[in-house]
Amino acid sequence: MTGEVAVLGAGMHPWGKWGRDFTEYGTAAARAALADAGLEWSAIESVVGANTVRCGYPGQVAGATFARALGWQGAKVTSVYAACATGARAIDTARAQILSGMADTVLVVGADAAPKGFFAPAGGERPDDPDWLRFRVLGATNPAYFALWARRRMALYGDTPEDFARVKVKNAAAGALNARARYRSRVTAEEVAASAVVADPLRLLDICATSDGGAALVLGSMEVARRRGIRRPVRIRAVSSVSPRHPRTALDLPDIATDSAPAAGPGDDPFRPSIARAAYEEAGLGPEDLSLAEVYDLSTALELEWYEDLGLCGAGEGAKLLREGATALGGRIPVNPSGGLASFGEAVPAQAIAQVCELTWQLRGTAGDRQVAGAHTGITANQGLFGHGSSVIAVC
Amino acid sequence: MSRTRTPVVPGWFTPDDTTAFRLLGTRCRRCRTVHFPREDASCRAPGCAGTALEEVPLSPRGRVWSYTDGRYRPPAPYPSDPGLPWRPYTLIAVELAAEGMVVLGQGAPGVTVADLAVGMEVEVVPGVLAEEDGRTLTTWHWRPVPGEAS
Ligand SMILES: [Zn+2]
Repeated sequence: MTGEVAVLGAGMHPWGKWGRDFTEYGTAAARAALADAGLEWSAIESVVGANTVRCGYPGQVAGATFARALGWQGAKVTSVYAACATGARAIDTARAQILSGMADTVLVVGADAAPKGFFAPAGGERPDDPDWLRFRVLGATNPAYFALWARRRMALYGDTPEDFARVKVKNAAAGALNARARYRSRVTAEEVAASAVVADPLRLLDICATSDGGAALVLGSMEVARRRGIRRPVRIRAVSSVSPRHPRTALDLPDIATDSAPAAGPGDDPFRPSIARAAYEEAGLGPEDLSLAEVYDLSTALELEWYEDLGLCGAGEGAKLLREGATALGGRIPVNPSGGLASFGEAVPAQAIAQVCELTWQLRGTAGDRQVAGAHTGITANQGLFGHGSSVIAVC
Repeated sequence: MSRTRTPVVPGWFTPDDTTAFRLLGTRCRRCRTVHFPREDASCRAPGCAGTALEEVPLSPRGRVWSYTDGRYRPPAPYPSDPGLPWRPYTLIAVELAAEGMVVLGQGAPGVTVADLAVGMEVEVVPGVLAEEDGRTLTTWHWRPVPGEAS
């Protein structure tokens, strides 16, 4: 088991779509996290920025961009990128600095200003870039992959579009209670079914939007938490950052084909379950210990996959778990009590940090109308393009 | 005016006038692992440092792993004339038994999601992706094997 680090503060800029400079969202989130921690900016020894590749050079040196906006004060600065897993990678970097004694107080910040419509690769002709190729050769957008997985579930497990819609209804109901969410209206199954098909079988309301937003955490050593008189801080007990194992046999974006896995070869070790497994092993905990989970519901159908990959139920039982109400607020194991990506839309480098902000408020018992009663252990899970696993376990 | 026929990516499939049209991958001479898209410099299997890879045609037939369609025009660099109305196309992920591999491709013209089912047998055929800058971009398509109905 690795040592724990304390969450001293959490802060977010609300999610929306304004098209302003991402620095503004990140700075606001950072100030909110510092205020929540009761720490002056000058007390931060290290800044870790979660990069956004869409916002130009400043976005690709996000740590320095946020440090400059907050006012240069000499802190160490680091910037990291891991696609959708960027935020978790930033948290893991901060954690490593704290556990190694390099820094006692670290500010983690991520923010994005997302374009309208489909995510697309950067311009230029790049035939060696798998992400460029999948758009060039196939027009395979992110929703196309989500739809392939959804259809596969329908064929393997008998999931239906109505099951998928139920995920949206659940998450929208939770998001309606969250002031930081972009979408704060309840949604009915009929509204999902009436929305346009984007990539069969998924409709517009099955697929998460792309958003602007910012999230930040102030992490510190357990010693700092003690010195500040915090008796029971929320602690980060595990951060999984594993990569896939060859051969990968499930088609995943941005790939046009899977690895080759001849029948005589090694057995399949699917990626998503391995992400959670590594987190559980590091934390010395299992799915039965969880009070809640925040997972990457890029699509409604994908949330059901995460139930299974986190071990909340067996393979193919995700829709059943949902129908029983187990994953709704008030259920046995609420998933996405924040409202999830369904209510936020994805602000890539901020999203995995926002997931941990939600865990923090839930474990402190300050999540208001969406509070999971008695929450003591939470997990986040997501997966970044190009093989970036990410899962964080926090306890209180 | 005759347009130049240009593969959308060079080296991924046989010329489209060949009688036995195939996708082309590479196989590591050391560990026999097959790669598609092709790896020409080094093998991606862990524990293998092979750098000699030979071109191999992939199986011409496989079974549908999953499928979807694109109801909206994808962004660039997808070659598509924004002046023309958007015509949805299917995307089919096909499991090749011999390679133990799933390969994505567009469905042949006229193949809709209503024509497909997971597990159905399909075959690779030459196809046209788009006309672009006076060139005809060629590609591969998946098409249900005649006689297979969903
Ligand atoms: Zn090899």
